[in-house]
Amino acid sequence: MLTPTEWGIIWLSLKVSAAAMAVTLPVAFGLAYVLARRRFAGWLLLDAVVHLPLVLPPVVTGWLLLLAFGANGPAGRVLATLGISVMFRWTGAALASAVMALPLMVRAMRLSIEGVDRRLEGAARVLGAGRWRAFATVTLPLAMPGVLAGLVLGFARSVGEFGATITFVASIPGETQTLPLAIHDALQTPGGENEVTRLAVVAVLLSLGALLGSELLVRRGRGGVAHVL
Amino acid sequence: MSSDAFAVDVQLHRGGAKIAAAFTAPAGLTALIGRSGAGKTSVLDMIAGLLRPDIGRIVVGGTVLFDSDAGIDLPPEARACGYVFQDLRLFPHRRVRDNLLFGWRLAAPERRWMSPDTAADFLGIAHLMERWPATLSGGEAQRVAIGRALLSAPRFLLLDEPLSSLDMARRAGIIAVIARIRDELKLPILYVSHENAEVEQLAGTVITVD
Repeated sequence: MLTPTEWGIIWLSLKVSAAAMAVTLPVAFGLAYVLARRRFAGWLLLDAVVHLPLVLPPVVTGWLLLLAFGANGPAGRVLATLGISVMFRWTGAALASAVMALPLMVRAMRLSIEGVDRRLEGAARVLGAGRWRAFATVTLPLAMPGVLAGLVLGFARSVGEFGATITFVASIPGETQTLPLAIHDALQTPGGENEVTRLAVVAVLLSLGALLGSELLVRRGRGGVAHVL
Repeated sequence: MSSDAFAVDVQLHRGGAKIAAAFTAPAGLTALIGRSGAGKTSVLDMIAGLLRPDIGRIVVGGTVLFDSDAGIDLPPEARACGYVFQDLRLFPHRRVRDNLLFGWRLAAPERRWMSPDTAADFLGIAHLMERWPATLSGGEAQRVAIGRALLSAPRFLLLDEPLSSLDMARRAGIIAVIARIRDELKLPILYVSHENAEVEQLAGTVITVD
Protein backbone atom coordinates (compact mmCIF):
# COMPACT_ATOMS: atom_id res chain seq x y z
CA MET A 1 0.00 0.00 0.00
CA LEU A 2 2.42 2.64 1.23
CA THR A 3 6.09 2.91 0.29
CA PRO A 4 8.77 3.03 3.00
CA THR A 5 9.23 6.73 2.23
CA GLU A 6 5.55 7.37 2.80
CA TRP A 7 5.61 5.43 6.08
CA GLY A 8 8.57 7.60 7.03
CA ILE A 9 6.54 10.73 6.30
CA ILE A 10 3.65 9.49 8.45
CA TRP A 11 5.99 8.49 11.25
CA LEU A 12 7.67 11.91 11.14
CA SER A 13 4.28 13.64 11.21
CA LEU A 14 3.19 11.66 14.25
CA LYS A 15 6.51 12.33 15.98
CA VAL A 16 6.28 16.07 15.30
CA SER A 17 2.69 16.24 16.53
CA ALA A 18 3.34 14.10 19.60
CA ALA A 19 6.23 16.38 20.59
CA ALA A 20 4.05 19.44 19.90
CA MET A 21 1.31 18.09 22.17
CA ALA A 22 3.72 17.19 24.97
CA VAL A 23 4.88 20.82 25.03
CA THR A 24 1.48 22.42 24.45
CA LEU A 25 -0.65 20.41 26.87
CA PRO A 26 0.58 22.05 30.10
CA VAL A 27 0.82 25.47 28.43
CA ALA A 28 -2.70 25.25 26.98
CA PHE A 29 -4.16 23.99 30.25
CA GLY A 30 -2.46 26.75 32.24
CA LEU A 31 -3.69 29.42 29.83
CA ALA A 32 -7.19 27.91 29.79
CA TYR A 33 -7.29 27.88 33.58
CA VAL A 34 -6.11 31.47 33.87
CA LEU A 35 -8.55 32.68 31.20
CA ALA A 36 -11.44 30.74 32.76
CA ARG A 37 -10.85 31.67 36.38
CA ARG A 38 -8.98 34.93 36.68
CA ARG A 39 -9.78 38.49 35.69
CA PHE A 40 -6.87 40.93 35.56
CA ALA A 41 -5.58 43.90 33.64
CA GLY A 42 -4.42 42.53 30.30
CA TRP A 43 -6.85 39.60 30.38
CA LEU A 44 -8.38 40.67 27.09
CA LEU A 45 -4.94 41.09 25.53
CA LEU A 46 -3.84 37.63 26.67
CA ASP A 47 -7.06 36.16 25.29
CA ALA A 48 -6.45 37.91 21.96
CA VAL A 49 -2.79 36.84 21.73
CA VAL A 50 -3.69 33.20 22.46
CA HIS A 51 -6.27 33.28 19.67
CA LEU A 52 -4.01 35.11 17.21
CA PRO A 53 -2.69 31.99 15.43
CA LEU A 54 -6.30 31.04 14.70
CA VAL A 55 -6.95 34.15 12.60
CA LEU A 56 -3.49 35.25 11.46
CA PRO A 57 -2.33 34.00 8.04
CA PRO A 58 -0.21 30.93 8.95
CA VAL A 59 2.57 32.32 6.79
CA VAL A 60 2.75 35.33 9.10
CA THR A 61 2.88 33.09 12.17
CA GLY A 62 5.75 31.18 10.54
CA TRP A 63 7.53 34.41 9.72
CA LEU A 64 7.13 35.65 13.33
CA LEU A 65 8.60 32.34 14.52
CA LEU A 66 11.52 32.91 12.13
CA LEU A 67 12.09 36.35 13.64
CA ALA A 68 11.91 34.99 17.18
CA PHE A 69 13.80 31.72 16.78
CA GLY A 70 16.18 32.61 13.94
CA ALA A 71 19.90 32.92 14.64
CA ASN A 72 19.46 36.60 15.52
CA GLY A 73 16.08 36.31 17.17
CA PRO A 74 15.73 36.73 20.95
CA ALA A 75 14.49 33.16 21.54
CA GLY A 76 16.99 31.79 19.01
CA ARG A 77 19.91 33.37 20.86
CA VAL A 78 18.76 31.96 24.20
CA LEU A 79 18.49 28.47 22.66
CA ALA A 80 21.89 28.93 20.98
CA THR A 81 23.59 29.43 24.35
CA LEU A 82 22.18 25.99 25.26
CA GLY A 83 23.52 24.60 22.00
CA ILE A 84 20.02 24.10 20.59
CA SER A 85 18.67 25.22 17.26
CA VAL A 86 15.19 24.49 16.01
CA MET A 87 15.85 25.99 12.57
CA PHE A 88 15.22 23.49 9.76
CA ARG A 89 14.85 20.76 12.38
CA TRP A 90 11.87 18.55 13.16
CA THR A 91 11.74 20.24 16.55
CA GLY A 92 11.05 23.51 14.71
CA ALA A 93 8.18 21.83 12.86
CA ALA A 94 6.87 20.69 16.23
CA LEU A 95 7.12 24.25 17.55
CA ALA A 96 5.24 25.69 14.58
CA SER A 97 2.44 23.15 14.79
CA ALA A 98 2.26 23.60 18.58
CA VAL A 99 1.69 27.33 18.20
CA MET A 100 -0.96 26.73 15.56
CA ALA A 101 -2.77 24.12 17.69
CA LEU A 102 -2.69 26.18 20.88
CA PRO A 103 -5.83 28.32 20.36
CA LEU A 104 -8.05 25.31 19.60
CA MET A 105 -6.77 23.50 22.68
CA VAL A 106 -7.18 26.50 24.96
CA ARG A 107 -10.75 27.00 23.74
CA ALA A 108 -11.81 23.42 24.42
CA MET A 109 -10.10 23.26 27.81
CA ARG A 110 -11.35 26.66 28.91
CA LEU A 111 -14.96 25.70 28.21
CA SER A 112 -14.61 22.57 30.29
CA ILE A 113 -12.97 24.43 33.18
CA GLU A 114 -15.71 27.07 33.08
CA GLY A 115 -18.21 24.23 33.26
CA VAL A 116 -16.85 22.98 36.58
CA ASP A 117 -19.14 24.04 39.43
CA ARG A 118 -16.97 26.14 41.74
CA ARG A 119 -19.30 25.39 44.63
CA LEU A 120 -18.01 21.82 44.50
CA GLU A 121 -14.49 23.14 45.06
CA GLY A 122 -15.78 25.07 48.07
CA ALA A 123 -17.31 21.86 49.39
CA ALA A 124 -13.96 20.08 49.01
CA ARG A 125 -12.18 22.89 50.87
CA VAL A 126 -14.62 22.75 53.79
CA LEU A 127 -14.14 18.97 53.92
CA GLY A 128 -10.44 19.53 54.55
CA ALA A 129 -8.83 19.73 51.11
CA GLY A 130 -6.28 22.46 50.52
CA ARG A 131 -6.34 24.52 47.34
CA TRP A 132 -4.18 22.11 45.39
CA ARG A 133 -5.98 18.97 46.55
CA ALA A 134 -9.37 20.51 45.74
CA PHE A 135 -8.02 21.23 42.26
CA ALA A 136 -6.63 17.71 41.82
CA THR A 137 -9.66 15.85 43.19
CA VAL A 138 -12.54 17.99 41.93
CA THR A 139 -11.60 20.54 39.26
CA LEU A 140 -9.23 18.42 37.20
CA PRO A 141 -11.32 15.23 37.02
CA LEU A 142 -14.48 17.18 36.16
CA ALA A 143 -12.64 19.14 33.45
CA MET A 144 -10.81 16.06 32.14
CA PRO A 145 -13.14 15.15 29.23
CA GLY A 146 -12.71 18.66 27.79
CA VAL A 147 -8.96 18.54 28.36
CA LEU A 148 -8.69 15.25 26.47
CA ALA A 149 -10.97 16.52 23.70
CA GLY A 150 -8.77 19.61 23.40
CA LEU A 151 -5.70 17.40 23.22
CA VAL A 152 -7.14 15.25 20.44
CA LEU A 153 -8.31 18.31 18.47
CA GLY A 154 -4.92 19.95 18.94
CA PHE A 155 -3.18 16.79 17.76
CA ALA A 156 -5.30 16.69 14.60
CA ARG A 157 -4.73 20.38 13.95
CA SER A 158 -1.02 19.90 14.43
CA VAL A 159 -0.83 16.93 12.04
CA GLY A 160 -2.50 19.13 9.40
CA GLU A 161 -0.28 22.17 9.94
CA PHE A 162 1.17 23.57 6.71
CA GLY A 163 1.68 27.30 6.33
CA ALA A 164 3.58 28.17 9.47
CA THR A 165 5.71 25.02 9.22
CA ILE A 166 6.84 25.50 5.61
CA THR A 167 7.60 29.17 6.30
CA PHE A 168 9.50 28.47 9.50
CA VAL A 169 11.48 25.29 8.76
CA ALA A 170 10.92 24.68 5.01
CA SER A 171 10.11 21.25 3.59
CA ILE A 172 13.12 19.00 4.13
CA PRO A 173 12.44 15.31 3.44
CA GLY A 174 13.08 13.20 6.53
CA GLU A 175 13.44 16.21 8.80
CA THR A 176 10.62 18.73 8.44
CA GLN A 177 8.55 17.31 5.60
CA THR A 178 5.38 16.30 7.39
CA LEU A 179 2.27 14.83 5.78
CA PRO A 180 0.73 18.05 4.38
CA LEU A 181 4.11 19.28 3.15
CA ALA A 182 4.76 15.96 1.44
CA ILE A 183 1.34 16.10 -0.25
CA HIS A 184 2.09 19.62 -1.42
CA ASP A 185 5.50 18.57 -2.79
CA ALA A 186 4.03 15.51 -4.52
CA LEU A 187 1.46 17.74 -6.18
CA GLN A 188 4.31 19.78 -7.69
CA THR A 189 6.04 16.62 -8.94
CA PRO A 190 5.04 15.17 -12.36
CA GLY A 191 3.59 11.67 -11.82
CA GLY A 192 3.08 12.25 -8.10
CA GLU A 193 -0.71 11.81 -8.26
CA ASN A 194 -0.74 8.31 -6.76
CA GLU A 195 1.37 9.41 -3.81
CA VAL A 196 -0.92 12.38 -3.30
CA THR A 197 -3.94 10.08 -3.21
CA ARG A 198 -2.39 7.64 -0.73
CA LEU A 199 -1.16 10.37 1.63
CA ALA A 200 -4.46 12.27 1.36
CA VAL A 201 -6.38 9.13 2.38
CA VAL A 202 -4.10 8.80 5.42
CA ALA A 203 -4.73 12.46 6.27
CA VAL A 204 -8.50 12.04 6.02
CA LEU A 205 -8.43 8.93 8.22
CA LEU A 206 -6.26 10.60 10.86
CA SER A 207 -8.47 13.69 10.99
CA LEU A 208 -11.72 11.74 11.04
CA GLY A 209 -10.43 9.53 13.84
CA ALA A 210 -9.42 12.56 15.88
CA LEU A 211 -12.79 14.29 15.44
CA LEU A 212 -14.72 11.17 16.37
CA GLY A 213 -12.41 10.58 19.30
CA SER A 214 -12.85 14.08 20.71
CA GLU A 215 -16.62 13.96 20.21
CA LEU A 216 -16.82 10.63 22.08
CA LEU A 217 -14.71 12.02 24.92
CA VAL A 218 -16.95 15.07 25.30
CA ARG A 219 -20.09 12.90 25.25
CA ARG A 220 -18.71 10.54 27.86
CA GLY A 221 -17.80 13.62 29.88
CA ARG A 222 -21.33 15.02 29.79
CA GLY A 223 -22.63 11.87 31.45
CA GLY A 224 -20.10 12.13 34.23
CA VAL A 225 -20.60 15.83 34.80
CA ALA A 226 -24.37 15.54 35.30
CA HIS A 227 -25.00 17.22 38.60
CA VAL A 228 -27.13 15.97 41.43
CA LEU A 229 -30.36 17.99 42.00
CA MET B 1 -18.10 34.58 76.03
CA SER B 2 -15.75 31.63 75.97
CA SER B 3 -18.53 29.33 77.15
CA ASP B 4 -20.48 30.03 73.97
CA ALA B 5 -20.24 27.52 71.15
CA PHE B 6 -20.58 30.27 68.56
CA ALA B 7 -19.59 33.92 68.88
CA VAL B 8 -20.11 35.68 65.58
CA ASP B 9 -19.94 39.39 64.76
CA VAL B 10 -19.43 40.02 61.06
CA GLN B 11 -20.15 42.60 58.41
CA LEU B 12 -19.96 42.20 54.67
CA HIS B 13 -20.91 44.49 51.83
CA ARG B 14 -21.95 42.57 48.75
CA GLY B 15 -23.10 44.47 45.73
CA GLY B 16 -25.38 47.13 47.21
CA ALA B 17 -26.47 45.01 50.15
CA LYS B 18 -24.99 44.92 53.60
CA ILE B 19 -24.99 41.68 55.51
CA ALA B 20 -24.45 42.08 59.22
CA ALA B 21 -24.85 39.46 61.90
CA ALA B 22 -23.90 39.53 65.54
CA PHE B 23 -24.88 36.77 67.91
CA THR B 24 -23.62 34.29 70.42
CA ALA B 25 -25.06 30.85 70.81
CA PRO B 26 -24.62 28.13 73.44
CA ALA B 27 -23.95 24.47 72.74
CA GLY B 28 -26.82 22.52 71.25
CA LEU B 29 -28.81 23.46 68.20
CA THR B 30 -29.21 27.10 67.34
CA ALA B 31 -31.57 28.18 64.59
CA LEU B 32 -30.84 31.16 62.38
CA ILE B 33 -34.11 32.28 60.90
CA GLY B 34 -35.06 35.18 58.68
CA ARG B 35 -36.69 35.93 55.38
CA SER B 36 -35.16 34.62 52.16
CA GLY B 37 -32.35 36.83 50.96
CA ALA B 38 -31.50 38.12 54.43
CA GLY B 39 -28.02 36.66 54.09
CA LYS B 40 -28.35 33.59 56.28
CA THR B 41 -26.39 31.43 53.86
CA SER B 42 -23.74 34.15 53.61
CA VAL B 43 -23.33 34.01 57.38
CA LEU B 44 -22.75 30.24 57.19
CA ASP B 45 -20.31 30.74 54.29
CA MET B 46 -18.38 33.24 56.40
CA ILE B 47 -18.21 30.81 59.32
CA ALA B 48 -17.06 28.02 56.98
CA GLY B 49 -14.43 30.28 55.43
CA LEU B 50 -15.91 30.34 51.93
CA LEU B 51 -16.73 34.04 52.18
CA ARG B 52 -14.52 36.61 53.83
CA PRO B 53 -16.23 39.25 56.00
CA ASP B 54 -15.12 42.86 55.53
CA ILE B 55 -14.68 43.18 59.27
CA GLY B 56 -15.55 41.13 62.29
CA ARG B 57 -14.72 38.14 64.41
CA ILE B 58 -15.81 34.51 64.34
CA VAL B 59 -15.10 32.23 67.30
CA VAL B 60 -16.36 28.66 67.46
CA GLY B 61 -15.79 26.51 70.53
CA GLY B 62 -13.09 28.89 71.78
CA THR B 63 -11.10 28.78 68.50
CA VAL B 64 -10.76 32.04 66.61
CA LEU B 65 -11.55 31.27 62.97
CA PHE B 66 -11.57 34.86 61.77
CA ASP B 67 -10.58 38.14 63.35
CA SER B 68 -10.08 41.13 61.07
CA ASP B 69 -8.37 43.17 63.84
CA ALA B 70 -5.87 40.41 64.63
CA GLY B 71 -5.42 39.48 60.98
CA ILE B 72 -6.63 35.92 61.55
CA ASP B 73 -8.38 34.16 58.67
CA LEU B 74 -8.14 30.37 58.80
CA PRO B 75 -8.62 28.73 55.39
CA PRO B 76 -11.74 26.54 55.09
CA GLU B 77 -9.74 23.31 55.34
CA ALA B 78 -8.35 24.34 58.75
CA ARG B 79 -11.71 25.17 60.36
CA ALA B 80 -12.93 21.61 61.11
CA CYS B 81 -16.38 22.62 59.96
CA GLY B 82 -19.10 20.22 58.88
CA TYR B 83 -21.24 22.05 56.35
CA VAL B 84 -24.36 20.56 54.79
CA PHE B 85 -25.11 22.88 51.90
CA GLN B 86 -28.63 23.68 50.83
CA ASP B 87 -27.73 22.38 47.37
CA LEU B 88 -25.81 19.46 48.96
CA ARG B 89 -22.87 19.62 46.50
CA LEU B 90 -22.19 15.91 46.40
CA PHE B 91 -19.30 15.21 44.05
CA PRO B 92 -20.98 13.96 40.85
CA HIS B 93 -17.88 12.07 39.69
CA ARG B 94 -17.55 9.99 42.86
CA ARG B 95 -19.71 7.21 44.18
CA VAL B 96 -21.51 7.61 47.49
CA ARG B 97 -18.73 5.74 49.27
CA ASP B 98 -16.05 8.10 47.99
CA ASN B 99 -18.20 11.12 48.75
CA LEU B 100 -18.57 9.91 52.34
CA LEU B 101 -14.88 9.18 52.71
CA PHE B 102 -13.65 12.39 51.07
CA GLY B 103 -13.28 14.35 54.30
CA TRP B 104 -12.65 11.28 56.45
CA ARG B 105 -9.51 10.44 54.48
CA LEU B 106 -8.24 14.01 54.84
CA ALA B 107 -8.81 14.18 58.60
CA ALA B 108 -5.91 13.20 60.84
CA PRO B 109 -6.71 9.74 62.33
CA GLU B 110 -6.58 11.05 65.92
CA ARG B 111 -9.18 13.72 65.07
CA ARG B 112 -11.72 11.29 63.63
CA TRP B 113 -14.56 10.56 65.98
CA MET B 114 -16.86 8.51 63.80
CA SER B 115 -16.17 5.48 61.65
CA PRO B 116 -17.65 5.19 58.16
CA ASP B 117 -19.61 2.08 59.24
CA THR B 118 -21.09 3.89 62.23
CA ALA B 119 -22.07 6.84 60.07
CA ALA B 120 -23.68 4.57 57.47
CA ASP B 121 -25.75 2.79 60.13
CA PHE B 122 -26.58 6.03 61.91
CA LEU B 123 -27.95 7.53 58.70
CA GLY B 124 -29.33 4.35 57.15
CA ILE B 125 -27.29 4.69 53.96
CA ALA B 126 -25.19 1.52 54.05
CA HIS B 127 -27.02 0.16 51.01
CA LEU B 128 -26.22 3.22 48.89
CA MET B 129 -22.41 2.93 48.92
CA GLU B 130 -21.91 1.96 45.26
CA ARG B 131 -24.50 4.38 43.84
CA TRP B 132 -23.71 7.57 41.94
CA PRO B 133 -25.06 10.79 43.48
CA ALA B 134 -27.20 11.51 40.41
CA THR B 135 -29.23 8.35 41.09
CA LEU B 136 -30.15 9.20 44.70
CA SER B 137 -33.54 10.47 45.82
CA GLY B 138 -33.70 13.80 47.64
CA GLY B 139 -33.85 12.17 51.06
CA GLU B 140 -31.00 9.77 50.28
CA ALA B 141 -28.79 12.56 48.93
CA GLN B 142 -29.53 14.64 52.03
CA ARG B 143 -28.43 11.77 54.30
CA VAL B 144 -25.26 11.23 52.29
CA ALA B 145 -24.44 14.93 52.50
CA ILE B 146 -24.92 14.86 56.27
CA GLY B 147 -22.79 11.71 56.51
CA ARG B 148 -20.02 13.26 54.44
CA ALA B 149 -19.97 16.28 56.75
CA LEU B 150 -19.98 14.16 59.95
CA LEU B 151 -17.16 11.92 58.70
CA SER B 152 -14.86 14.87 58.02
CA ALA B 153 -14.30 15.04 61.79
CA PRO B 154 -15.95 18.42 62.32
CA ARG B 155 -16.02 20.29 65.63
CA PHE B 156 -19.32 21.92 64.69
CA LEU B 157 -22.04 21.57 62.09
CA LEU B 158 -23.68 24.07 59.75
CA LEU B 159 -27.00 23.00 58.24
CA ASP B 160 -28.48 25.17 55.51
CA GLU B 161 -32.20 24.55 55.01
CA PRO B 162 -31.75 20.77 55.31
CA LEU B 163 -35.48 20.10 54.86
CA SER B 164 -36.23 22.45 51.99
CA SER B 165 -35.85 19.93 49.17
CA LEU B 166 -37.76 17.15 50.93
CA ASP B 167 -41.41 16.18 50.95
CA MET B 168 -43.27 15.92 54.27
CA ALA B 169 -42.73 12.18 54.62
CA ARG B 170 -38.95 12.51 54.28
CA ARG B 171 -38.74 15.51 56.57
CA ALA B 172 -39.58 13.53 59.70
CA GLY B 173 -36.70 11.16 59.03
CA ILE B 174 -34.13 13.94 58.60
CA ILE B 175 -35.46 15.80 61.66
CA ALA B 176 -34.94 12.63 63.70
CA VAL B 177 -31.37 12.34 62.38
CA ILE B 178 -30.62 15.97 63.28
CA ALA B 179 -32.08 15.51 66.76
CA ARG B 180 -29.83 12.49 67.27
CA ILE B 181 -26.76 14.43 66.12
CA ARG B 182 -27.67 17.14 68.61
CA ASP B 183 -28.30 14.74 71.53
CA GLU B 184 -25.92 11.83 70.94
CA LEU B 185 -22.97 13.46 69.20
CA LYS B 186 -23.15 16.71 71.19
CA LEU B 187 -22.01 18.77 68.23
CA PRO B 188 -22.80 22.48 68.27
CA ILE B 189 -25.13 23.02 65.33
CA LEU B 190 -26.10 26.18 63.48
CA TYR B 191 -29.28 25.55 61.55
CA VAL B 192 -30.56 27.94 58.92
CA SER B 193 -34.24 27.99 58.07
CA HIS B 194 -36.89 30.36 56.84
CA GLU B 195 -39.68 28.42 58.54
CA ASN B 196 -40.45 28.87 62.20
CA ALA B 197 -42.42 25.65 62.43
CA GLU B 198 -39.59 23.26 61.58
CA VAL B 199 -37.22 25.08 63.89
CA GLU B 200 -39.45 24.89 66.95
CA GLN B 201 -39.07 21.13 67.13
CA LEU B 202 -35.29 21.25 67.19
CA ALA B 203 -33.73 24.47 68.36
CA GLY B 204 -32.64 25.37 71.85
CA THR B 205 -31.87 28.91 70.73
CA VAL B 206 -33.45 30.93 67.95
CA ILE B 207 -31.74 33.91 66.37
CA THR B 208 -33.42 36.14 63.81
CA VAL B 209 -31.33 37.60 61.01
CA ASP B 210 -32.61 40.53 59.00
